[in-house]
Amino acid sequence: MAVDASTSARGDLILKNLTKSYGDFSAVDDLSLVVPKGSFFALLGPSGCGKTTTLRMVAGLEEPTSGSIFVGETDITDMKPYRRPVNTVFQNYALFPHLTIFENIAFGLRRRGITEAEVKTAVDKVLNLIELPQLATRKPNQLSGGQQQRIAVARAIVNRPALLLLDEPLGALDLKLRRQMQIELKWIQTEIGITFVHVTHDQEEAMTMADTIAVMNKGKIEQMGTPEELYDSPKTAFVANFLGQSNLIPGEVSGSDGDNLIVDLFGTKVAVPKARSSARGNSALVGVRPEKFRIAAEGKSTHGNVLTGGVVSDVSYIGVSTQYQVEMPWGKEVMVFEQNDDEEEMLRKGAKVVLSWEPIFTFALDGSENVSAGSH
Amino acid sequence: MKNLTKWLSKNLIRIYAFFAFTYLFIPVLYTFVFSFNDSRKTNLIWKGFTLDKWKNPCGAPDICSALGNSFVIGFTATAISTVLGTLIAFALGRYRFKGRSATNLLIFLPMATPEIVLGASLLTMFVNLGINTSILTAIIAHVMFCISFVVVTVKARVASLDPRLEQAAMDLYANEWQTFRRVTLPLVAPGIAAAALLAFSLSFDDFIITNFTAGTVNTFPRFVYVSAGRGIPAQANVIGSAMFFLALFIVVAAQIVSSRRKAKI
Repeated sequence: MAVDASTSARGDLILKNLTKSYGDFSAVDDLSLVVPKGSFFALLGPSGCGKTTTLRMVAGLEEPTSGSIFVGETDITDMKPYRRPVNTVFQNYALFPHLTIFENIAFGLRRRGITEAEVKTAVDKVLNLIELPQLATRKPNQLSGGQQQRIAVARAIVNRPALLLLDEPLGALDLKLRRQMQIELKWIQTEIGITFVHVTHDQEEAMTMADTIAVMNKGKIEQMGTPEELYDSPKTAFVANFLGQSNLIPGEVSGSDGDNLIVDLFGTKVAVPKARSSARGNSALVGVRPEKFRIAAEGKSTHGNVLTGGVVSDVSYIGVSTQYQVEMPWGKEVMVFEQNDDEEEMLRKGAKVVLSWEPIFTFALDGSENVSAGSH
Repeated sequence: MKNLTKWLSKNLIRIYAFFAFTYLFIPVLYTFVFSFNDSRKTNLIWKGFTLDKWKNPCGAPDICSALGNSFVIGFTATAISTVLGTLIAFALGRYRFKGRSATNLLIFLPMATPEIVLGASLLTMFVNLGINTSILTAIIAHVMFCISFVVVTVKARVASLDPRLEQAAMDLYANEWQTFRRVTLPLVAPGIAAAALLAFSLSFDDFIITNFTAGTVNTFPRFVYVSAGRGIPAQANVIGSAMFFLALFIVVAAQIVSSRRKAKI
């Protein structure tokens, strides 16, 4: 008999030294990870980073080369997929085309020998939860993409698994529907309290939905944390560039002042909070998000960290903000997003400008990092 | 002149279709019309309309026992070749194994070999092995040439089956057998049904290989061939027409069912 998901030990998902190799290539490389029970967890990374392989190993659809997988106390590494207290929402939904929506949702329940009356109650309840009770007798190909998506979620959560795996579940939907489904999925997760592990390459989607994000690259986890932690204090250039945009400026650590490090950027000294620095040696990459910069015509008063001598090389007005490219004296360009909320006139191309920002909005990476890693 | 060109460009395809279908169906029509011929021994000249032959299709000597043998061989060969062929199709469509591409190629060989060669060599083989040709050897021979067609037909369907559906079933607590029974089989079933129909029509129709391998057992094609010398009875036309309409009915019914299903969508 299959593991009864409702009574099996419920707990955290634990991956220990998980590796999946194809010949010399390691799709997943010695990955260790704990997903706390009840959390909405996102595995975020570019395609080919090993996130889907990791998910498929948890589902039992792929065999790990080495390492182990636990749900709470239970070792599920070598369990058949149909014995695991885990359900998956597949990328293309994988609804059974020959069965009605009701039978699609009832599929898992029926395999576990649940009485007809209980099946009916459970399916009706979940159809109401996703607000599509009228579709019970339809076939999957009669449904829109968004409806199919919700049925796929319903078919999985009706089984009350310890863990719900979502493999790029919103990839096939258009942007507007995707936004709506993000909110809806988040709401469903809060409502039923099941652990969601969500695989995506869309950083905005991960940040909108997840409590915790693990950024994956080349089979390893680059960094793990809340969306705020990852955005404000990235530890690697890959994370800094993959989540949003970053200006990374190389410099030398020249001293320290209280809680701040002092870094020399081509002759200008700037302050970086020690807590947000992961520089190990003397060379560092100073990171500032484009929207944290203030831009002003040369000669205006400034405060905080200041970089002078910039020349505006490109201006794009995009409504809520204006995006400037500013060429710095050391020959590289930086990106600046300025909200269109003050009376200051827009700066023209060729204008001499001064950039300033608050030290608390600065992070620093180790100088050995590749500046363009993870750039879009 | 201009109007004529316009008319032609609009209707040429219809004219062409008319002639093409006429060409295809004249023999069938001829067979059907002559099933009502009030003939005695030969059925070559129109002698007047009668329903007698339709009322008594078994009237000609041996015709219905030959038909019965054809059905026995056809059904048995279809059943065996459909089961074996489906298994081969799954193996070839699903798994990578040593000799897979060789098997793929060899499966085509019986289709490409002239029937007369197959029939002759089967007979030689049975004789050398000391096996008396009978209805059993005929079935063995029919299974052999039907299998290839079953494999090719079912394999196409297996190839179009999304493996993620089976993974989804496994993910939803269905073990290997339940996954096959509840998901794989229902989705591949139309391909298997098409393969079985094809196998039956090939077997029922076969004369050359049967003539070599069936010993003294008479089949319907054999009956027609043998009677051709002294005159084919009109009952053969009756049975031929009936088979044609049965096949037509099956095809039309399948079309209606599938278009109704689509209309619901």
